[in-house]
Amino acid sequence: MVERSNEQEAFRQSVRTWLDENFPPTLKGKGAELLGYGEYTGPLQDDASLWQQRLGGKGWGTPTWPSQYGGGGLDHIQTKILHEEMNRIGAFNPIIVLAGMGVTMVGPTILEYGTEDQKIRHLPPMCRGEIRWCLGYSEPNAGSDLASLATKAEDQGDSWVVNGQKVWTSGADISQWCGALVRTDSKAKKRNGISFLMLKMDQPGIETRPIKLIAGASPFCETFFTDARADKTDMLGNLNDGWSVGKRLLQHERASQTGVRNTGGGKSEALQDMAKRYVGADAEGRLDDADLRLRLANHLMDAQAHGLTISRIAAEARGNVEVSASASILKNSATHVAQTQSELTLELMGHSGLGWEGEGFNDAELATVRNWLSGKAMSIYGGSFEVQNNIISKNILGLPENTQKG
Amino acid sequence: MAALTEEQTMIRDQAQAWVTEQAPVAKFRAMRDSGVEQGFQAETWQAMVDMGWTGIIVPEQYGGSDLGYLTFGIVLEETGKQLTASPLLASALVGASALLLGGTEAQKQAWLPKVVDGSEILTLAVDEGPRHAPNAIALQAEKTADGFSLTGRKTMVLEGGSATALIVATRTSGSAGDAEGITVFLLPADTAGISRQVLKTADSRGYANIDFEDVLVGEDAILGELDQGAELLTDILDRGRAGLAAEMLGTAAQAFAMNLDYLKTRVQFGQVIGAFQALGHRAAILFSEMELARSCVEAALQGIDGEAPSQAQLCSLAKCKAGAFLHHMSNELIQIHGGIGMTDDFDAGFYLKRARAVEGAYGNQAFHRNRYAQLLDF
Repeated sequence: MVERSNEQEAFRQSVRTWLDENFPPTLKGKGAELLGYGEYTGPLQDDASLWQQRLGGKGWGTPTWPSQYGGGGLDHIQTKILHEEMNRIGAFNPIIVLAGMGVTMVGPTILEYGTEDQKIRHLPPMCRGEIRWCLGYSEPNAGSDLASLATKAEDQGDSWVVNGQKVWTSGADISQWCGALVRTDSKAKKRNGISFLMLKMDQPGIETRPIKLIAGASPFCETFFTDARADKTDMLGNLNDGWSVGKRLLQHERASQTGVRNTGGGKSEALQDMAKRYVGADAEGRLDDADLRLRLANHLMDAQAHGLTISRIAAEARGNVEVSASASILKNSATHVAQTQSELTLELMGHSGLGWEGEGFNDAELATVRNWLSGKAMSIYGGSFEVQNNIISKNILGLPENTQKG
Repeated sequence: MAALTEEQTMIRDQAQAWVTEQAPVAKFRAMRDSGVEQGFQAETWQAMVDMGWTGIIVPEQYGGSDLGYLTFGIVLEETGKQLTASPLLASALVGASALLLGGTEAQKQAWLPKVVDGSEILTLAVDEGPRHAPNAIALQAEKTADGFSLTGRKTMVLEGGSATALIVATRTSGSAGDAEGITVFLLPADTAGISRQVLKTADSRGYANIDFEDVLVGEDAILGELDQGAELLTDILDRGRAGLAAEMLGTAAQAFAMNLDYLKTRVQFGQVIGAFQALGHRAAILFSEMELARSCVEAALQGIDGEAPSQAQLCSLAKCKAGAFLHHMSNELIQIHGGIGMTDDFDAGFYLKRARAVEGAYGNQAFHRNRYAQLLDF
């Protein structure tokens, strides 16, 4: 035990030294802002670009991935130490945001299902934050009922030829690669005729049209495939086994959606302090709005319970946060906490929480409105609130399949 | 469930087996039907003593095993599942905590071995009206020539009828509402001037109102410091809250298991009712609530064991979350079972009644929400 903690201490020291030498002090605490609160789309500039190259080169943007594929090769305790040290000095990890769906979802799935060749070709550029990935899952007629998807891939010798339409492909217009679920056997039962293909986005057969959402931005696209081509070597997992590959990827997605607004780098004002600033407090420091005060207390309790549950599940898995059915519980809980937080923030801001753009509102107020609106997607994407409850009742509780299939 | 040590796993398995075989809810039913006034059965209590549960948080030099609050919580969760009635929480957790936190060496030596061997049953007498209000203590302890004289009333004291000794929060100076001026005493329950009114409550457990009339005690009966007992009282209560939250979690977990079983076996419209999405989703939501509540309860117990600076906040969180889940769960237990849930022959009613009784003990959800906000300075 003592020896082990000495080892950890030595590792911590080496992390500190490396961060001292490599993290540009000009970026201290600016992570969330630089990365557009997780929504940043363009390449990074100047010091931020330098930091991306250094962190990516070291493999520490993907600390737990094996080093032969560009990862950091760290265990979970070392990763925790790395994050603690980065937090301590206000450093941040831009790789996750720059890779789109790569680091959080496609990468872990390639690690599990990929061939050696696929791992060597696709993982290192992801680790450096150079390649952004999007996902082609939903279709106009295949939302919660994803297995009804109709986009077709035909075997044409050296490549697959893809035709069809995807929707809600996040960042399709700015991504270099797409992981798509396609139908490769139209005669098989719904779930049995699906395969997972990886396609280059920069080709004549793919067209993307951004969809403008209620929050004003266009984080999602419609993506059209007209004789688009995927290399024969770019099918992930076995032919017609794409449903299990795709489902596994979604579990990684849920696992990545279990935190609540966790871009890191820079602490924001505690909600209760913000409430006191906008609403006022009595002589004993109690919020002037008794009703809001209790709902705020409830919300903070929910948020703490959520955080404690993440820690508990990690501790039970001995530091190895297992991607499992419990991800559904955490995804719904994270969504509830984040959406409630937005609603309460708007409420406490009162008239100041209605700004869309321009003068009369500060940046935090404008951002709150946009976050409130974009946050409505949380209970829809990655398997809606209802779909997660289907998964819990079926996979965890062992209840029979619902008559409406999930 | 937290990552348990081998010893904790063993204790949990032993508790689970014993509770299921020796002290199941059927035994509680038999006790209720026979009208046992003290609210528990002597043989149940003796078995708990024999298994060492009364010494779980007591250091070895006083006869205990010093295994900590998380371990105690594991046992209480199991007893909570079958509504096993006993003074375990009141005496071996709350009573022992009071001595560990506020007792002098002499008091610990005098009392703790007897708490462990079950010959003394301790309980905390704190509330004086219909609601939990530890800040409003008014029971007067007036200075006399060689000690104090206590006069006033305590309400709804847990195991108040069977307790052999009382830990009493009193006012030695100032007035109700002041933090300063609270003093905690530990005195035998048969001291002259004490009279008890045993209560018959909906949950059929042991409670009493206790009247104090010129009850004379010496200075050596003080736990902690004269006039400075508020903080001690809060710390004792927080330990009780975390322990009770563990018991409540167990009670709710059992109600959940009963519901899940029913969803898988009850057939209507030609299929088991668990196949209906409306019911499957309710089960999923309750299960998620249970997972979140469990994290809070375990964090509170671990916080006490680890002397975390945030333990007050964690204890309020645990009591509030366990309370909310148990309330929701016990009501769903009745609703999902339909008519059968309403019958006295079925156990659901016991869980509903128990849920209501523990909700108010050591502070209800509203109390702890308010306290949580205060602790976060809003």
